[in-house]
Amino acid sequence: MKTLNFRVILFAFALIFGIVFSIPSITQSESGKKITLGLDLQGGLHMLLGIKSDVAIESRTKSMAATVKYIFDDEEIIFDELRMVDGKQITFELLDNDDVTKAKELLKKELQGTVLSQNGLKFSLEMTPEEISRTKQNAIKQAVDTIRNRLNEFGLAEPTVAKQGEDKILVEVPGIKTQEDEQRIRELIARAAHLQLMAVDEDRAARVMTMNENEARSYGDVILPDVNTPERYLLRQIPVLDGSMLTDAKVGFDKNNQPVINFSLNGQGAKIFGDFTAKSVGKRMAVVLDNKVYSAPNIRERIGGGHVQISGNFKLNEAHDIAIALRSGALLAPVFVMEKRSVGPSLGADNIKASSMALALGFVLVVLFMILYYGMAGVIANVALIGNLFLIIAVMSLFGATLTLPGMAGIVLTVGMAVDANVIINERIREILHAGKSVAKSIEDGYDKAFTAILDANVTTLIAAVVLWAYGTGPLKGFALTMGIGILASMLTAIVGTHGMYQWLMPKIDRKKLGFWFGIKTEGTK
Amino acid sequence: MEVFKYKKPLALMSKSKRFGMVSLTLLIISLGLIFTKGFNYGLDFAGGTLVQVHYEKKAPIDAVRKAIAKDKNYESASVTYFGNDNEIIIRTKNSSKSLGKDMGDTMRGLLKGTGNFEVRRVDMVGAKVGSELREKGLMSLFLAILGILVYVSFRFEWRFAVASVMALVHDVTIAMGAVVLFGIEVNLDTLAALLTILGYSLNDTIIVFDRIREGIRDIKDPNLAGIIDESVTQTLSRTTLTSLTTFFVVLTLFVFGGEIIRGFSFTLLVGVVVGTYSSIFVASPILMWLGFSVSEFREKEAAKLKREKEKEKMRAMYENGTL
Repeated sequence: MKTLNFRVILFAFALIFGIVFSIPSITQSESGKKITLGLDLQGGLHMLLGIKSDVAIESRTKSMAATVKYIFDDEEIIFDELRMVDGKQITFELLDNDDVTKAKELLKKELQGTVLSQNGLKFSLEMTPEEISRTKQNAIKQAVDTIRNRLNEFGLAEPTVAKQGEDKILVEVPGIKTQEDEQRIRELIARAAHLQLMAVDEDRAARVMTMNENEARSYGDVILPDVNTPERYLLRQIPVLDGSMLTDAKVGFDKNNQPVINFSLNGQGAKIFGDFTAKSVGKRMAVVLDNKVYSAPNIRERIGGGHVQISGNFKLNEAHDIAIALRSGALLAPVFVMEKRSVGPSLGADNIKASSMALALGFVLVVLFMILYYGMAGVIANVALIGNLFLIIAVMSLFGATLTLPGMAGIVLTVGMAVDANVIINERIREILHAGKSVAKSIEDGYDKAFTAILDANVTTLIAAVVLWAYGTGPLKGFALTMGIGILASMLTAIVGTHGMYQWLMPKIDRKKLGFWFGIKTEGTK
Repeated sequence: MEVFKYKKPLALMSKSKRFGMVSLTLLIISLGLIFTKGFNYGLDFAGGTLVQVHYEKKAPIDAVRKAIAKDKNYESASVTYFGNDNEIIIRTKNSSKSLGKDMGDTMRGLLKGTGNFEVRRVDMVGAKVGSELREKGLMSLFLAILGILVYVSFRFEWRFAVASVMALVHDVTIAMGAVVLFGIEVNLDTLAALLTILGYSLNDTIIVFDRIREGIRDIKDPNLAGIIDESVTQTLSRTTLTSLTTFFVVLTLFVFGGEIIRGFSFTLLVGVVVGTYSSIFVASPILMWLGFSVSEFREKEAAKLKREKEKEKMRAMYENGTL
């Protein structure tokens, strides 16, 4: 008597493999690899962000200007008319011809990747094209890191932040409970967190309310608004220092128990800050965050140690988010939304309910149909179908793949299409049985002849799935993935598995009971 | 149970002109619809913003419209029920680049006082992304068809490949026509459905072609029409059964799968029906019109077989050391 054969053993292994590795996903246990639910099923925020990289160039140029000013002051080189032009060029004039060589050398050493051009004693400085593209690249990379840090610090489970294509950033945040939380997260991501300490132009400050932007610019100043009041400030355009020298930022409370943000500067920052405050006693210094003035206290004495405080009638949540943003660093360039999809958790739950319902019902319909139409042959096909489902779940779990709503649709479709192989095989077997061949011969020939058809059909479907996977985005990738895995798994379960089961059951199959085994009336031999 | 019993071949090819006319009419109507009425591009391809709001009770759609109209930005917004009476969708063509306050946040403010509600979904696609997605979508359809063409040419013969691709274009065009006719929104998932139809309908056609290929080898009849009739009849039960199981499943998806994937399941539903029809009645006649010659194919197959045999012979001689 023929006993177990390699096909049925292979199928049994596949079945055990499928069941074992789907358990973590099905029971949603803590340990073990499991399928992640897509944002459309568990709720969450998906965004594709673009980046204004020109702004990165501008702020880089601004900080170059600050460096120029700092080293010239430090080396006692006398200069005038230090300006920023078009957001990408710095111009200045040296007053003493003897300083030219020294100045050139200093700039070459301190500001690499720039071109200095000279016209008499007038100079202009700008970045090389390579430096510009490097700065843009860097802005994206830095934005990705910064946003990731911010989300991690916010305490969210498993956010995804990744560069997509040349100049886009993909952000996916699962498990957001309310729309209010979502808005807070979006604001946290968007916050430039660009901190500047700027000197108030005390010579002209009295005229600020009547001055316009152009006039201010002609003095090398900018006008910035107060964060809470309509007041305006006239500030030197080139900041004393910016957030790049910040080492830490924490929420604290002032003497009125109002939330404030305390931040510390690194060594260089502390030195610049100390030198500046020593020189500017009696004048005001503004703490500017994202181009809004939070406070502009009078400098009473030199401030060493590099500890600064921002106060501005914060709410506690707000102070907390700003501190996170400051700690994780400024965005070199602002980001904007190109695509956004957000799904609330209750809608996700509804989606799961609806698609599981469709899956269960579709499955039951197909299973009943197969048994009704094919008898035992249908039962065998159904066993393979169940094996197929487990295999899809197991493989997806092992890859840590994401199950999306279209992915669920993909599984439902696979249920319909996986039995196709068995329909083809069973029809072939019936045909050969009708021709009067023995059961064993019918089964072997049936599989043999059906194989090329099934292979060609599956490969072409696979081609469509692969193209969809390569070109699809987000949820669609999930659809292509489940369909692809389903097709491959069905080759194992529906062809090899059922073939094995027939061979295993062969001794029991009676030519006189074809109605029971294959759902056809025995017509005897022709 | 047995429904389709093979007795004698159905005379399909003699009626192929009639089916050709049916297909041609459907194609012309579909193309007419596509070019006159045009696709109803959804958010994914047209860009814009969509907000889905769920009310605890029946959504007060008039109050919602009034509340929204207060904000000038949303004057042209459309408000419709979505799936059931508790759910509404608000759409605009606008898309905001700002991360901070999006349309969902604005709606939460505007709709205050219209009842207990929850903003459940906010989708925004910028115009640039929309056109990118459209390009990628067309590219994927094109690539899938090309890949299939190459594979079928390799496995069968170029005329089989051309016939199957023409049947595919037939199916996809008619499915698109239905999408336009019923005003189904065209989104990424509709595209996925079209690609699935490609795969599915081809599946059916391949099964039939596989039988024809086999028939050419085994059936004595040198007349292609006879071979096609016999092969199509032999696969008829399989084609119908598989289509039925798939149809059941897609139908449950359509009825129970929820409003969000209704566009997807509807497109598939049409595709399954058209795909089944085309693989039985359309693909094979095309094969004949393309001037497929049975004797030529047999000669080629024979030549191939001969070459392989010669190769084997050479190898055998080589192994025996006679060469």
